[in-house]
Amino acid sequence: MLTADEVLALIPQQRPFRFIDRLLALDEAKAVGEYTFRADESFYAGHFPGDPVTPGVILIETMCQTGLVALGIYLLGLEQPREEVAKTVTLFTDAAVEFERVVLPGQTVRVDAERVFWRRRKLKSNVTLSLADGTTVARGTVSGMGVRRAER
Amino acid sequence: MPQEMVFEKVVTILKPFVKAPDALAKVGMETTILGELKVNSARLVDVVLEIEDAFDIEVTDTEADKVSTVGDAVKLVMAKAKA
Repeated sequence: MLTADEVLALIPQQRPFRFIDRLLALDEAKAVGEYTFRADESFYAGHFPGDPVTPGVILIETMCQTGLVALGIYLLGLEQPREEVAKTVTLFTDAAVEFERVVLPGQTVRVDAERVFWRRRKLKSNVTLSLADGTTVARGTVSGMGVRRAER
Repeated sequence: MPQEMVFEKVVTILKPFVKAPDALAKVGMETTILGELKVNSARLVDVVLEIEDAFDIEVTDTEADKVSTVGDAVKLVMAKAKA
């Protein structure tokens, strides 16, 4: 069984496309992650000039990195040795997400993910993104599939 | 449950995942799920889980791997429902 730190170390996404700083909880049924959007994230320069707002697609990615990538690595780690887990990447398959608020530079978000199903390396999770004060920003259902990385 | 009803129910389950409406309009037992109906292979797990719930059966991964056509799915459901 992988620890939260081991799972974090195995997440392939890195800066500037890494949207998970900490895992606050992780087990077979759920994952809770946290990320603080830095003021110098590259996308703020264009979204929008002089009025930076975190793009919705980045918020979806943030939900997926906790709800699919981290939780998927943990679940795969229950079935496969660590070396095998390290050779697997989670690819996005489908999602339905609704937004209620915006996230500004410097804000910390929390992702609460609950597993809907995990089968044949496909993971579907219900995810909720919220601000530090508990305000819900977005919620939905996301799915991804673990596939073996191409040998290079 | 008669085969025609199982067929209709399987097609109803597949419908939201189908990307080829023309093939769906003339769907039959021989229609292939991935090739003709153009269902995304990453959604097959969703289809299997919906079939399990709809017919109250359990389908193993090996059994699911053998399903290629709508008819394969219908026959699998009929065999499982009988068991």
